[in-house]
Amino acid sequence: MTSLPATTNKKLGLVIDLDICVGCHACATSCKEWNTGGYSAPLSDHDPYGGDPSGAWLNRVHAFEVGEGANAKTVHFPRSCLHCETPDCVTVCPTGASYKREEDGIVLVNPDTCIGCKLCSWACPYGAREYDYDDGVMKKCTLCVDRIYNESIPEVDRIPACVRACPTGARGFGDLGDPDSDVSKNVAARGGYNLLDEFGYKPVNKYLPPRAPVSVAGTKSDRPAEQVPKPDGSAVERLFAWADQALSR
Amino acid sequence: MHPAYSVIVFTTASGAGYGLLFWLSLAQVFGLMPVDRWLSFTQIVVALGLITAGLISSTLHLGHSERAIGAFSQWRTSWLSREGVAAVATYVPSGLMAFIWLLGVETSWVIPLALLSAAGAVVTVYCTGMIYASLRTIRQWYLGLVPANYLVLAAVTGALLFALTTAIFEQVPAWVSVACLIGLATAAALKSWYWQTIDADPGKYTAEMATGLGHIGKVRPLDPPHTRPNFVMREMGYAVARKHAEKLRRFVLLGLFAVPAFMVLIALLLGIGAPVFYLIATCVAAVGIIVERWLFFAEAEHVSMLFYGHERA
Ligand code: SF4
Ligand code: SF4
Repeated sequence: MTSLPATTNKKLGLVIDLDICVGCHACATSCKEWNTGGYSAPLSDHDPYGGDPSGAWLNRVHAFEVGEGANAKTVHFPRSCLHCETPDCVTVCPTGASYKREEDGIVLVNPDTCIGCKLCSWACPYGAREYDYDDGVMKKCTLCVDRIYNESIPEVDRIPACVRACPTGARGFGDLGDPDSDVSKNVAARGGYNLLDEFGYKPVNKYLPPRAPVSVAGTKSDRPAEQVPKPDGSAVERLFAWADQALSR
Repeated sequence: MHPAYSVIVFTTASGAGYGLLFWLSLAQVFGLMPVDRWLSFTQIVVALGLITAGLISSTLHLGHSERAIGAFSQWRTSWLSREGVAAVATYVPSGLMAFIWLLGVETSWVIPLALLSAAGAVVTVYCTGMIYASLRTIRQWYLGLVPANYLVLAAVTGALLFALTTAIFEQVPAWVSVACLIGLATAAALKSWYWQTIDADPGKYTAEMATGLGHIGKVRPLDPPHTRPNFVMREMGYAVARKHAEKLRRFVLLGLFAVPAFMVLIALLLGIGAPVFYLIATCVAAVGIIVERWLFFAEAEHVSMLFYGHERA
């Protein structure tokens, strides 16, 4: 049913720490690996080893450059479905294949009823849905619904594949509807925010901003950059220049 | 947005079909046409033929057309579903009407059937427009002008077809030519208004809002997440060059509005050779509306492109 649930019992989602992420793409590749065999299987690729490779991925890692001069920053930026609370990607679906679960707030596509009209991808401002041309249905992040409740795998693995794979601990998973959960506390402490909040879909996933650069007196940022001394033309210098030339012949 | 040819064919062909259905139904209700069941039958066959061809084309771009029946289920929230329901519902009165004319039965049932067909045509085209106008992600579509444009353009292309099919059988009544002219003028004005509106709006969302990094400074893409365009970029990132669009807009004004209006005027004033003039008007308008619909997609910008280097959307 494409009507949105009035409320959900939980708001399961991810918290992504932009201060920690190093842009290694481990989350994206691990996601692809798990989901091409799991709920979203297959995640088809086209021309994977050729000149124009493309394919359905549920997680993408961008790198942005932000700010100017000495304050400029490189920010690695993973992007996947944010499991919004009031998204039109659900309500525009003509078949009811796109839905939001009442029990935990996960937004899913039913691969057995999706007709592949692509309208839901048009309604997502985050570019989070990718169409699978071979399978003929829409693919999106499932929050690893086939891992998190899966009692046949060890308990440590009952978290989304991206969270499990991240080598730096830049990704958290939990109930963002519960103010006492670890993820909620982290969001509160670090000033976690919504992407494109102005749009009004109320994303559940949160992003933690890069920390401000620490400025300690006497550290590099406060001093003028070190100068390379100019050659003074002394005999010693000429000797070394001659030796350098002779040896590199 | 990527202009899918199946969707362009669908919206233009079925739009014209519903327009024709609208006019022939009105003509029945108000008794504005000479009673000639073969003329009426021909017209309704052309209308239903175009509608059906369009609907079939629209299922071609689906990944699973065989499941299309499921698309009738979510009319509570989805304009696409509502469109499907309205399209199928419109077949009932219009199909019965076609049947009555085919058999040559004299019945007053034609009037309510014609009324229902006309209403069905309007509702279906309105739903088509609302599929686009309900998408907040695309500022060029999220406008009340969009369904208005869809409605007027369906009415105009339908009116030209109505005039053409009538001209083949008999003298075109003056009200038909006048309806064509008024329709063409209104559609041209609406379309120009639409272009002015989208040109005046630079877009209220920025890359800084999308990433939430504006407090640090300007956001620029450094490394893309993939080496070649993905589905999102191919589908949502399609953009026509500004200069190219200007040319095509002028072509639409000429082909879809000016030339057909001139032909209708000549046919009206000369009184002879009407089928030829209406044929030219219809053919030129057909090319014009395809270009118009192509532009409607190609000029539309999607908010998700903020993650891929667009500064505003
Ligand atoms: S991020 Fe996009 S696909 Fe995911 S719930 Fe929000 S609108 Fe829907
Ligand atoms: S592509 Fe599938 S899930 Fe998306 S709107 Fe169409 S039918 Fe629904």
